[in-house]
Parts: sequence; C-alpha cells; structure tokens
Amino acid sequence: MDPDTAQAEGPSANRQAATLELRNIVKRYPGSDEPAIADLSLEVAAGEICVLVGPSGCGKTTAMRLVNRMIEPTSGDILVNGASIIDRKPSELRREIGYAIQQIGLFPHQTIAENIATVPALLGWDKRRIAERVDELMDLIGLEKAMAKRYPGQLSGGQRQRVGVARALAADPPLMLMDEPFGAIDPINRERLQNEFLRLQGEIRKTIVFVTHDIDEAIKMGDRIAILRKGGVLAQYATPAELLMAPADEFVEDFVGADRALKRLALQRVRDIDLWEAPTVRVGDPVSEARARAAATPIGHALLVDEDNRPVSWLGDGDLIGERVVHHAGGLTKVELDDVLRDALADLLQGKVMYGVVTDHGGRVAGVLSVEVISGFLNHQVAGRIDQAPAPAERLA
Amino acid sequence: MLPLLAQVKITDRNGAGQNCVQQDGFCPGWIKDHIGDYVDPLVRHLELTVVSVVAGFLIAFALAMLAHRRRWLVAPITGATGVMYTIPSLALFGILLPITGFGFVTGCIALTAYNLLVIFRNIMAGLDNVPEAAKDAATGMGMTPNQVLRQVELPLAIPEIVAGVRVATTTTVGLAALAFIAGAGGLGEPLIVNQNFKSNVVTVGVLCVLLAAVLDLLLLLAERLALPWRRVAR
Ligand SMILES: Nc1ncnc2c1ncn2[C@@H]1O[C@H](COP(=O)(O)OP(=O)(O)OP(=O)(O)O)[C@@H](O)[C@H]1O
Ligand SMILES: [Mg+2]
Repeated sequence: MDPDTAQAEGPSANRQAATLELRNIVKRYPGSDEPAIADLSLEVAAGEICVLVGPSGCGKTTAMRLVNRMIEPTSGDILVNGASIIDRKPSELRREIGYAIQQIGLFPHQTIAENIATVPALLGWDKRRIAERVDELMDLIGLEKAMAKRYPGQLSGGQRQRVGVARALAADPPLMLMDEPFGAIDPINRERLQNEFLRLQGEIRKTIVFVTHDIDEAIKMGDRIAILRKGGVLAQYATPAELLMAPADEFVEDFVGADRALKRLALQRVRDIDLWEAPTVRVGDPVSEARARAAATPIGHALLVDEDNRPVSWLGDGDLIGERVVHHAGGLTKVELDDVLRDALADLLQGKVMYGVVTDHGGRVAGVLSVEVISGFLNHQVAGRIDQAPAPAERLA
Repeated sequence: MLPLLAQVKITDRNGAGQNCVQQDGFCPGWIKDHIGDYVDPLVRHLELTVVSVVAGFLIAFALAMLAHRRRWLVAPITGATGVMYTIPSLALFGILLPITGFGFVTGCIALTAYNLLVIFRNIMAGLDNVPEAAKDAATGMGMTPNQVLRQVELPLAIPEIVAGVRVATTTTVGLAALAFIAGAGGLGEPLIVNQNFKSNVVTVGVLCVLLAAVLDLLLLLAERLALPWRRVAR
C-alpha cells in the first residue's frame, strides 16, 4: 500500500486479488436472543465473485459487513490474504476494501469526480494521479468526461449506480464488498449493469463478496453461491451449475425454484452449444444445389444470404423453382451468439418458429439454433457439460 | 430608567414642513433633513446584531459538536437554551446589569442568549438529516468519525444551519431595538425618545426592516455561492 510504488505502476495497476476466509463467525446483536449469524465458515478464492443469497433477514448484510469491520463479530476470525483483520485499524482496513451499497450513498455536495476520488484522497494520492484515475474510471463505467463536473442530483439512477461502483473501485482494492449494488434500479437497466459489471470483472478480476436476495442475479453473477438460511446458516456453497443440478436439500431446492431446469438456460450462451450448420445459398446459385443443401439438414429449408453472408430469408420447396436462386424477401427469427439460451428460446417461442438464425457481432450467419437443440441440452447431454459452465465474466467475453 | 433615557436627546423639530412636524405627522422633508442623525444608531444596531449572531453561532456550534457524539446532552442543552429564549428581555437585562454593567456588552450577551436555541436546534436538525447512506458509505470507505463529520455531515448540514442563522439574524434585528434599555444603543434609542412622532417611528421601522432584509439577503447569497450543489435540479 505504499503510494509511491503504486504510482510507478500507473494509476490503474491491477493489484493481486485477495483471498478471504470467514472462520466460525458468530454474531449476536445486543438485545436479541437468536444470533444473526450462528456459526459461519466460508472461503472465497482470489478473483472470484462469491454471492451471498438467501431470504430477507438471513444475515447476508451482516456477514458482508463483518469483512470490513462495519460490524464486529461476537466471535470467530476473518482472514484477508491469510492475515486476520481483527487487529487492523478499521479506517485503514476499509480503505483497502471496495464498498458499494444499494442506497449508493453518493455525497450530494460533491461532484462525480470528487465522489469517485474519495478513497484515493483519503490515501493521500497526489492530484494528478487522482485526476488520471478518475478519467480512467469514468471511461470504464461508460460515463462521458463532461459528467465528472456534475453533481449526483443531476444523474439518472443507473448512472448513480455506476458511479457508486466506480467509487468502490477507485483505489483498486484487492477485495470488494457489494450489498445489492443493482437493487434499486429497473430490470432493464439492472440487466445492463450486471452485464457491464461482469465484463469489467473479466478485466479486473477482483475478489468480490456480492449480496443479493435475487436467486437469478446470484446465478448470473456468482462464481460460487452461498445460500444462507435464517441465522446465517450455510445451506449450500457451490457453483451455480452445481446448485441447479444438485440442490443440497429441500430449502435450497425451494429457494432455487421449481424452474431450475429453465434457469440452467441462463447459464449458457448460444455460442456455448453445438449449432447446426446453416444451409446457406446466394442469389444466382443453382437451384438443384440449394435443394440438396436444404435436404441435408432437418430444417428442410435453405437460407438465403446476401454478399456479406447476412441472412435474408428462408427458402422453402415452393421458393426453389427454376434454374437459379432468385431474390426473396421474407421473415426470419434471428438470435445472437452472445444471447443466453433462455433469451434465445424466448425469441424462438415469440416468433413461433422451430429454428432461429444465429448471427455474430457483424450480423453474419454463424449457424442455426433449433428448439430441439435446446431441449436436448435441457434433457441429458448437459449433465456432464454444465459443470464446465464458464465463469460469469467469461460468459460475456 | 425610561424617563431618564427620554431626556438623552431632544429631537430638533426645526426645519422643513414645520406644520407637519408640529402635528407629529409623517414628513418626508423632515426625514430627508434628519436622516443623518440615524446613521450612528443604525451602525450600532448592525454591530449589536452581527456580534450577537456570530457569538451565538460559535457557542451553539460548540454545543452542537459536544451533543453530536453524546446524544444525552441534546435534551439538557435544548432545555437550557430554551429557558434563555423565554426569559423576558427586561428581566434578563435586570439580571445582567449588576454583573456586566450598563452598555454594549450587556446588550450583546442578552441578544446572544436569545440566538442559542434556534441556531443549536438547526445545527442538530441539519446533522440528523444527513442521509444515512452517505454516512454509511463514508465510514465504509475508510473515513474516520472526524472525517465523516468534516467532509460529509457538516457540509450537508449547511443549508439548515444557514436557515437557523437567518432566522436568528432577523429576530436579533428586531430584539436589538430593546438593547438601548441596557444602554447598548441601537435604533431603539431614537425610537423611544419620540414615540409619537410618526416621521421618527416610520424612519426607525423602515431602517430596521431594511437592515434585516439586507442581512438576510447577504446570507442567502453567501449560501448560494458556497453551495453549488444546491442549485442543481434534484
Ligand atoms: N443493528 C442491528 N441490531 C439488531 N439486530 C439486527 C441489526 N442488524 C440486523 N439485525 C438482525 O439480524 C438479522 C440479519 O440481518 P441482515 O441485515 O444481515 O439480513 P439480510 O440477509 O441482509 O436481509 P435483507 O435481505 O432484508 O437485507 C435480522 O434478523 C435483523 O433483524
Ligand atoms: Mg441486507
């Protein structure tokens, strides 16, 4: 934490992510008989997102706030990078741990830049280094430079959430605590922020304790999920895939929900499964060849594409007449390589079609996704594969 | 005391609008000729106000800082300053005169005492109204309690503190009209000397209102300049 060495590494030098361990933590609030946390032990590997999830009042926030000593444990120990934090000076410890909360808690009297600079200023960074870091973070969270001089009151809810995350990241902490950081925004913006954050995490690889009460968010964000029940009892601590495939008990099964099979679809992207090759044809190709191609797939149709290999229309039996393929205009349902399977399936059902044309970033044909493929994925072949579901940050790469 | 004071200055009734003046009427001409006589009392009135508001603020601020971390002090301090606020000014002067004597200081002490309650209460309200989330974030990011106070709580409490100071200032301008009783001068003195002369009464009244308005406006302006974040849409 020597500012001078950090300076030499540049304002954003990524520090090594930290490991975190909770050992037999007990927390009893004064005046209540039941402990908020009875006996919790938990290990988080460096660079992983550990999601704490569970019903309201089960002790998620309490468990998280123990880590930066916003709450003192009744007994037990907490180790960051193997060293106990119990004898650390709280204010110094907290400056090394990113902190973001649902209510955000931006300072309304400070500009966005000043807000983001809070911890660097506490650490005594010089002005230039702070300015560089603020610039970099504004970039990272996709806010225009001009916003830096605004006040929180002038930002939308989603922008404020982003600033809250940027502020938590400012001093490049090796460990981050996030308590429902996307809890206070509408579902569409929340989805966008989650994706942005996962993409960011793909680069920065922090160790993160992430609190939510939303199991879908947990499945999406977590490398590992700790499901807590009342009294901070750890019901299951596992990867999202394990949780969905093999819930430890009835409580977990209930909490994960009856639709856990469907939830598995949210773990995989279209690009992760084997797509069918598209029977593409172009205007001017011999019809006989097009018919042969269509017949070679279960689809029974050929796919007309333009010069750039972008899909134009399905060609059925009635469309494949004469010598050469001629131009056709028609509808087709497109899904993207980056869509999660759940959304892709929704698109197919919405379009009332069995097949969707999968396109890449440039809109070019990458293959065909069929409802059959998805149901096959749900039924069997997956059991072995889903364990290899990529880490959340990679799912978005 | 009053008859004695009334003899301090015999108003010169010579000059323009003889008739109007003899009828104790409202005589613009007389006012124009004698406005200079009011300058010294006005300046004294301003001094009384500024000194007692500043002193009141400093004391109330110190009390608020004590009570902020020791909540049990809030009730006794509110009680004590509340009692000061309710003592009639004549009684307070009566108590002070034997100790501090006749003059400016006594007037200031009394006026300061009246200011404490409203300023103290507003500082406490301002601190209490700071959003919990901002304090939690500040602490969670590693500010010490003093840093939270200086960098987050006090700046965010300024609007309510200023509101308290503005009320105190306006009130003090009014109350200072009685300070002459303690021998502290001010605009109350020319007023009492000739209470029946409309020109005199109106002049004093208008000067008091103007003084209060100008001071209030200055405070408002200072607040606007000092708090850019308050000007943005929220
Ligand atoms: N400061 C406190 N004093 C006393 N009891 C508390 C305090 N904070 C929390 N509790 C209790 O401890 C238990 C756990 O609270 P906690 O806030 O950790 O739950 P949570 O899982 O974060 O819930 P939520 O999803 O509603 O945020 C609850 O029963 C709560 O009432
Ligand atoms: Mg909570």
